Amino acid sequence: MKAGDELPELTVPITRTLIVAGALASRDYQDVHHDTEAAAEKGSPDIFMNILTTNGLVGRYLTDHFGPRCVLRKVAIRLGAPNYPGDTMVLRGTVTEVADGTAVVRVVGANGLGHHVTGTVTVSLPEGTE
Amino acid sequence: MSEVAQEEPVTVARSARTPETPLPYERLKAFEGQPAATAAVGKDPVNAPMIRHWCEAMGDANPAYQGPDAIAPPTMLQAWTMGGLSGHTDRSGAFDALFALLDGAGYTSVVATDCEQEYLRPLRPGDEITFDAVIEAVSERKTTKLGVGHFVTTRMDVRADGEPAGTHRFRILKYAPHAPHAPHARQNPPAVPAPPAAPAASAPRRPRPVINRDNAGFWAGVAGHRLLIQRCTGCRTLRFPWLPGCSRCGSPEWDTVEASGAGTVFSYVVLHHPPFPAFDPPYAVGLIELAEGVRMVSNIVGVPHDRVRIGMPVRLDFQRVDEEFELPAFRAAAGGEG
Repeated sequence: MKAGDELPELTVPITRTLIVAGALASRDYQDVHHDTEAAAEKGSPDIFMNILTTNGLVGRYLTDHFGPRCVLRKVAIRLGAPNYPGDTMVLRGTVTEVADGTAVVRVVGANGLGHHVTGTVTVSLPEGTE
Repeated sequence: MSEVAQEEPVTVARSARTPETPLPYERLKAFEGQPAATAAVGKDPVNAPMIRHWCEAMGDANPAYQGPDAIAPPTMLQAWTMGGLSGHTDRSGAFDALFALLDGAGYTSVVATDCEQEYLRPLRPGDEITFDAVIEAVSERKTTKLGVGHFVTTRMDVRADGEPAGTHRFRILKYAPHAPHAPHARQNPPAVPAPPAAPAASAPRRPRPVINRDNAGFWAGVAGHRLLIQRCTGCRTLRFPWLPGCSRCGSPEWDTVEASGAGTVFSYVVLHHPPFPAFDPPYAVGLIELAEGVRMVSNIVGVPHDRVRIGMPVRLDFQRVDEEFELPAFRAAAGGEG
């Protein structure tokens, strides 16, 4: 593995169920993540994914690729276009740095509106990772 | 390196419905450094059922999160500190006061924009979670696509059984929402449609320059594929962008020098969001230092936006934006990527 390598993409259908399940599993009961009418009242066209779910999906994207023995060290993300129900998010990653058993990966998750998430993940790799 | 020029989150000039009252920034700034939570305790210890519910929701089948030696997914860090339906009981008076101040001024909605976590040790079922948090920053009033508001950044130190387990920096926008969305006008997927590959006739056009007698010479140069820098004929100082007089000696007399076209990236930003009509993010906007010494803002082309670097050599190019409009841009010199 070297800087410039690209991870295989992960396509995540943004269902209403995923948004609500992610919100509840992360203990986030903000109404904009489960109540469409409350979301509309706050100026949003629909409910939208919470940041903790996005964070969890970004973590999963990395550990799915590097395997159960890799260790997440840092996850830093920024949200842009919201993930609304019915959309699809495609996560893509590019290795930007490899040193001392650690890789830094730049992650972008794009949906139909633009970039939902951009971020950087630092992950420690088990010995022998090519 | 994980450089990433800071991109401005969801910031766009758009006039909002403004029921909110501007607050004196000093009142908000005074909250910086104040505690957001002190010696707070996670409502549940780290536990297998919550880990399993999280993994089900995320579709995460990582075996490291299962079985007798399971660890919690590191990205769950914040989940262990959440107040849940019954809310936070450990928030500081300062945090509540800041929110009350913002709510009272009309900034009633919240959206999270950034989350930066560092994991110091794995969390395992049985770990008791405690945490402290501080209000790190409160931004000035910002106009965003969602509405006008203030960004609030907190930093939390999370401990497990008393040992440092992770740090969690979190940024939210506390804002005054635009008018409510008509609930029945909902579409799937909703909101701003992604700019389609529309026929040229209906495609949004790049904004046009306002050409006046002070800058007409510059645009005449562009039309002839020449980048012209103004030069004061009094003191010979070069200036860009074009202005009616010299800021050094005050002389209104000038002539022009044609730029050689060589330059370097002095600084840059990458615009990711929001998408403006006729623009296709992400793209790099550079502050280019010309060989002649003046600097100009321009697009950087011919290199992926995430490969732009400060100091990178670039060369003037003229880009046809549409049938009747060309703009100077700067193309990364071959092999200039660092």
